[in-house]
Amino acid sequence: MTTSAEAHFVRQSFNEPMPPPMRTSGIIHWLRTNLFSSIINTVMTLFILFALYKIVPGLIDTLIINAVWVADDSKACVADKVGHPVGICWGFVAAHWDYFVFGQYPEKLRWRPELFFALEVIGLAWLLVQRIPRKDWGMIYFFIVFPIVGFCLLSGSETLGLSIVQTHYWGGFLVSIVIGTVGIVVSVPLGIILALGRRSHMPVARSSSVVLIEFIRGVPLITVLFMANVMFPLFVPEGWRPDSLLRVLVGVALFFSAYMAETVRGGLQAIPRGQYEAAQALGLGYWQMMIKIILPQALKIVIPGIVNNFIGLLKDTTLVAIVNIFDFLKVIEASLNDPVWRTSGMPFAGYLFAAIVYFILCYGMARYSMSVERRLATDHRH
Amino acid sequence: MKKFIAAAVVAAASFGLVSAASAGTLDNVKAKGQVVCGANPGTAGFGVPDQKGNWTGLDVDYCRAIAAAIFNDPTKVKFVPLSSKDRFTALASGEVDVLIRNSTWTMSRETTLGVIWAGINFYDGQGFMVNKKLNVKSAKELAGATICVQQGTTTELNLADFFRSNKLEYKVVTLGTSEEAVKAYDSGRCDAYTTDRSGLAADRLSMSKPDDHVILPEIISKEPLGPLVRQGDDQWLNLVKWVHYALLTAEEDGITSKNVDEKLKSDDPEIKRVLGNEGKFGESLGLSNAWVVQIVKGVGNYEEIFERNVGPNTPIQLTRASNALWSKGGLQYAPPIR
Repeated sequence: MTTSAEAHFVRQSFNEPMPPPMRTSGIIHWLRTNLFSSIINTVMTLFILFALYKIVPGLIDTLIINAVWVADDSKACVADKVGHPVGICWGFVAAHWDYFVFGQYPEKLRWRPELFFALEVIGLAWLLVQRIPRKDWGMIYFFIVFPIVGFCLLSGSETLGLSIVQTHYWGGFLVSIVIGTVGIVVSVPLGIILALGRRSHMPVARSSSVVLIEFIRGVPLITVLFMANVMFPLFVPEGWRPDSLLRVLVGVALFFSAYMAETVRGGLQAIPRGQYEAAQALGLGYWQMMIKIILPQALKIVIPGIVNNFIGLLKDTTLVAIVNIFDFLKVIEASLNDPVWRTSGMPFAGYLFAAIVYFILCYGMARYSMSVERRLATDHRH
Repeated sequence: MKKFIAAAVVAAASFGLVSAASAGTLDNVKAKGQVVCGANPGTAGFGVPDQKGNWTGLDVDYCRAIAAAIFNDPTKVKFVPLSSKDRFTALASGEVDVLIRNSTWTMSRETTLGVIWAGINFYDGQGFMVNKKLNVKSAKELAGATICVQQGTTTELNLADFFRSNKLEYKVVTLGTSEEAVKAYDSGRCDAYTTDRSGLAADRLSMSKPDDHVILPEIISKEPLGPLVRQGDDQWLNLVKWVHYALLTAEEDGITSKNVDEKLKSDDPEIKRVLGNEGKFGESLGLSNAWVVQIVKGVGNYEEIFERNVGPNTPIQLTRASNALWSKGGLQYAPPIR
């Protein structure tokens, strides 16, 4: 026994672990499988590397190294006047920053839109960041409290001692965000109600929802805006005209509610009949069934569609420029006409800045919706 | 149901008519506490936001002058920027009280749109811009030249007329928008670029080398620009018209925003009448008799407005030319205040 125990053939210490062979892992493996797996891929890779080599240094030069960061007028951004090559004139954006953000909102009262932005960020964070508790209060805050407080802040209220600021002073990023926020805050609940109405068996609810949705979807947003701002004043006496921004807000909110309704209806149709029957078998009424069983499932399915609507909405706020509301893009365009700043290169700075801002907002929304989808993906997994 | 709809339409239409035809724009303006001006959404020198977002420009200052005459406060103005498409609708619907937005005074506009011009605050006309290298001194030397122009505008027709009447050959490159036309000219596709002279001056700034281009002296069309109001309210028309004449008269009499207080002490009967020390000219317009003092203190006289917005010391660098006073060889002429 003892001899056999001593004369064992099994190693008692482990071998030092060795790195995996070069061919199956590591950077070389990654390069081989992803970039140089075939002749075509190799050629493509080399071509793209060459293109990057040609483009990137010039891009960095234009955007950062040669760019002008501080400028008092266009002279600082003209190569002939400063004597060296000039890239993007970010000084134009810097000099107009306040105008781009607040439009003509009176300078002394800008703490009000600033507070409005802060309140909006709080509301969004409350709803969107998973760790913050009491989502139900968050909903009440964002969909009821915040719109009322925000409105009083921006347009002012005599009773609260805030001086009135007429909406023609609002502009820039502020107006884009106001239109986008109102669109989102109104279109989600109204869209859900319209979707439920369209699937209802009650003739009045059903037909009025269908008429509203189909009528609004049947005309372009530009037409809605024109009707609201150009035609509507022709039909009503002078004292009865609502403010022009308000007319546009109502138009945009209704327009996107119709789209939201159809998106939500898609989700409702995807819920199997058994879910409705099970809810009814439990003795739940219509609203309890919808709120507790159907809508949570339906809305989860249509998150990509809803976020798609939000992104479309945010970008479509630029259309209000045609009815002469100075949104973010329009204030940039208007500033480009200022003779003090007018040069051949200035539009690049302005439009690039607008593109960057819109991209950050839209891409941010898209990323967030992806993370929500992953978090809520409780079923249908294989 | 049909009857109801018809009744609703009639009611809406009659309301609309009432609001459009109701006399007393001045009373409305006084009640609102501000003048609502149809303004330009962005034309250099005439209506454009500055760095802080304040509206500046020749047309903008005219609007402020009206506010100064009524309220003694040039800031009591609401600017409604209007595109060229909806500007006349906005005026007709009562959305704005007065339209001051480089709009050309033409017969068809005045006879069909229900609007009426109150004067000409800028005599514009179509001109040409060429590269200095061509060494062209006059548009009549442009024989055989390629010319960039915006499509579907009166500019295009004026261009054809000019070359035909001068029996000159030319090639034309038409572009969809004025920005495209400017870019095409700047990139060398054309020898010359044509549009209104006020526009040429501003467009020159967006060339890659602005100093390489000159504006030729010829003006080949008439583009009288001025403020306009709705027809049917003569009191308001008079007010806008005489604000324009007051600005010209102030220049003629040498009354500026700086010396207006001294001029108030003047014994010159003309100046006494203009500044309201004699006669009741302001009251007859529904204003205070110091209306010209208020205007000049608020925005200056015509010369000051011109120099501040489009004059030789601004990037636009326009000379007075046709817009000089009649006494200095121009066309600006005001009837006497008496």
